[in-house]
Amino acid sequence: MAEKTHEAVFLIFRGTPENGEYKEYRIQVVDGMVVLDAMMEIQAKFVSDLGIRCNCGAGKCGSCSAEINGVPRLMCKTRLSDLPEGQPVKVGPLKSFPGIKDLVTDVSWNYEVNKTMTPFTPHQDTEWRMQQFEVDRIQEHRKCIECFLCQDTCHVIREHDKKKEYCGPRFLVRLASLAMHPLDAADRMAFIKEKAGIGLCNVTHCCSDVCPEKIRITDNAIIPLKERIADRYYDPVLTLIRRIFGKRKSNI
Amino acid sequence: MNKFETYAYDVLVIGSGGAGLRAAVASQESGARTAVISKCLLGKAHTVMAEGGIAASLGHVDENDGWQPHFKDTMFGGKYVNDWRMALIHAKESPEAVRELERWGAVFDRTPDGRILQRAFGGHTHPRLCHVGDRTGLEMIRTLQDRAVAVGIDTFMECIITRLLTDREGAVCGAFGFFKNTGKIVVFRSKAVIIATGGLGKIWRITSNSWDCTADGQALAYEAGAELKDMEFVQFHPTGMVWPPGVKGLLVTEAVRGEGGLLKNKLGERFMKKYDPKRMELSTRDVVARAINQEVKEGRGSEHGGVYLDISHRSAAYVKRKLPSMYQQFKEFADVDITKQPMEVGPTCHYTMGGVRVDHESQQSSVKGLFAAGEAAAGLHGGNRLGGNSLSDLIVFGKRAGMGAAEYARKVQSPAIIEDTTLEQYSRELFLPFERPGGETPAGVHHDLQNIMEAHAGIIRQGSELQEGLEKLKILKTRYPLIHVDGNTRYNFGWHLYLSLANMITVAEIIAKAALERKESRSAQARADFPNMDSAWGKKSIIVTKVNGAPEIRAELLPAMPDEISKLLGDH
Repeated sequence: MAEKTHEAVFLIFRGTPENGEYKEYRIQVVDGMVVLDAMMEIQAKFVSDLGIRCNCGAGKCGSCSAEINGVPRLMCKTRLSDLPEGQPVKVGPLKSFPGIKDLVTDVSWNYEVNKTMTPFTPHQDTEWRMQQFEVDRIQEHRKCIECFLCQDTCHVIREHDKKKEYCGPRFLVRLASLAMHPLDAADRMAFIKEKAGIGLCNVTHCCSDVCPEKIRITDNAIIPLKERIADRYYDPVLTLIRRIFGKRKSNI
Repeated sequence: MNKFETYAYDVLVIGSGGAGLRAAVASQESGARTAVISKCLLGKAHTVMAEGGIAASLGHVDENDGWQPHFKDTMFGGKYVNDWRMALIHAKESPEAVRELERWGAVFDRTPDGRILQRAFGGHTHPRLCHVGDRTGLEMIRTLQDRAVAVGIDTFMECIITRLLTDREGAVCGAFGFFKNTGKIVVFRSKAVIIATGGLGKIWRITSNSWDCTADGQALAYEAGAELKDMEFVQFHPTGMVWPPGVKGLLVTEAVRGEGGLLKNKLGERFMKKYDPKRMELSTRDVVARAINQEVKEGRGSEHGGVYLDISHRSAAYVKRKLPSMYQQFKEFADVDITKQPMEVGPTCHYTMGGVRVDHESQQSSVKGLFAAGEAAAGLHGGNRLGGNSLSDLIVFGKRAGMGAAEYARKVQSPAIIEDTTLEQYSRELFLPFERPGGETPAGVHHDLQNIMEAHAGIIRQGSELQEGLEKLKILKTRYPLIHVDGNTRYNFGWHLYLSLANMITVAEIIAKAALERKESRSAQARADFPNMDSAWGKKSIIVTKVNGAPEIRAELLPAMPDEISKLLGDH
């Protein structure tokens, strides 16, 4: 079967943060191609030293995060046919992280943040029984592929660069998955409030909009955590009850 | 004072997929100072793409399951050229390995009574695959990643190893490589090294594998003197996407068939009834792949050269819950709604059963101090791997490799120091392609390698074609030293491809030679000129070693099987 082809124009960021610019490349594209296919073709034909991070090519590993026409997206999941026809496709690196070269940024901050969190800590005497309905919501959180697009788009990180005070949506999702695990026994409330900086999120839903796994980050992870924080630290009735009966892990 | 950035560890793990992370955790927990070297970012290794599940005979869905049937299925699937000792260990230890993942935070789908749910899968006689929808690999890698962080393992991300370091006696004493971000050289001194670098799908054009699956570990071990085994057995998964072109080869999980998906040709026939009427769609992967190949060849294929896989008779809600990634994948890449329309699928290079020959207990290779686990190691799967046996392989033998390496490291005083002149030579080799005049490109040579292997060492093989392929590889090898790479050493895709290409070419030749040697058709090895199984070959493995700079092939008898084990297998 003959494939339909047409010429497409790509503007790709080339160089380093200190010395870089968008350069134009033209290739023939066929039906069904995604941005990553185009980048690999351009790499093979014109730019053998292209700085690009990609691995699975299937939207499962979260390596090929970039900004396509200014929007944080996975290159492997962005079909050319879904972009405006007849206009150049602009592909640049994530803006919230330091650039390394071309489309590659230094995302190591995320891995450092991850290390600060108390891992899953099971109850001592559990028999490991959980119902599917109990784990449905954390299975949603655990779909995260760590592409860091949510971190990139979050204005707390992107505009205000609060990396020291705020862990970002990705790690609030992780904290939610731990807090809502039916068999987890650790108390991370103070961490979520103080170190993770959940208060800095003002629920604009930008993270949910860019999530390639369609995790409802704000509604199903951040807001439930915010509610727990409110119950723990700002609910006068519960505070009184706790004063009388002592502290217990909240288990909403 | 060292000229190069140098680190010292007891145990060095190369590879950050399931086997590498599990090995690192076991090694660290055994008291060895352990580091993981990852070519990619942590959590991005190819394990992440595993979909269907982890095979372990927990017996939660069918209480008649146990290690005996699991062992029997694995041996039958591998057509009895597996290392039975590894198959036995695997069948016995995988249930505990899965429970361990749950204790570390993995959240599997549940049975109505709240235990880990298991699904049916090709080649497994009982529902055995513990799963999380169809993203089980992601669950495993994230769980192991969290565990590795929790036990304090050092990780070096985006670091490529190009050499294993060996001392005068030939024992491994570290590894040599560089960081992708800068191109800066790094030397690791270690008492033991574990190869956990996964597979080699990128040697073929149509593959389900990640960009990182470039035969690195097999080549590193081979160059260091280790024996490779079963290299002729490369699994072509029956169901990869065939359209659109960018995702050609991308895996369509076997779980689709596990959940009742039907294979049909363009006439609407369930053609598996001609090839395996008993097991139909749930036959082993080699059989289904060849059946699809045959249907397409005889003109009964689909629009884009595959066959149809249909799950639309199941309710839309069920499909979306049990196969969410597949639903998304077809929706996003191909505009196909799998709850209403059939998928188009065809064979894709998926897995290599062969790899570094290891001791079944400790996972040590034939080189002292060098261990291997996971897809990079050989033995468990024989001639063909069953779905779900890969993830369990990673955690069962990853753990054993970690423990084995840590124990070995305890007995080593201090790893030998490699002289700077040697390291300087290794370093110079890396930068050669920058200095050469233009000529060949990494992508161009890689493209031709893939085409050679598709044409000459694909799903159906023939002696004359393999010979011809080997001749072509010989010419390709002469082009390798003419490759030029532009730019500098900072995050340079072409340079990285150039370096992994050396591994792929080395291993491609080994695969072709081993395939030529095995003059029979057995599971994944299908020879048109020797279409039958040969019982004499059924007793032998093919071993490859480097002798005078070239691969030397020899056949060796499989380990003898005691009667009580033989009895478990019944008549075969």
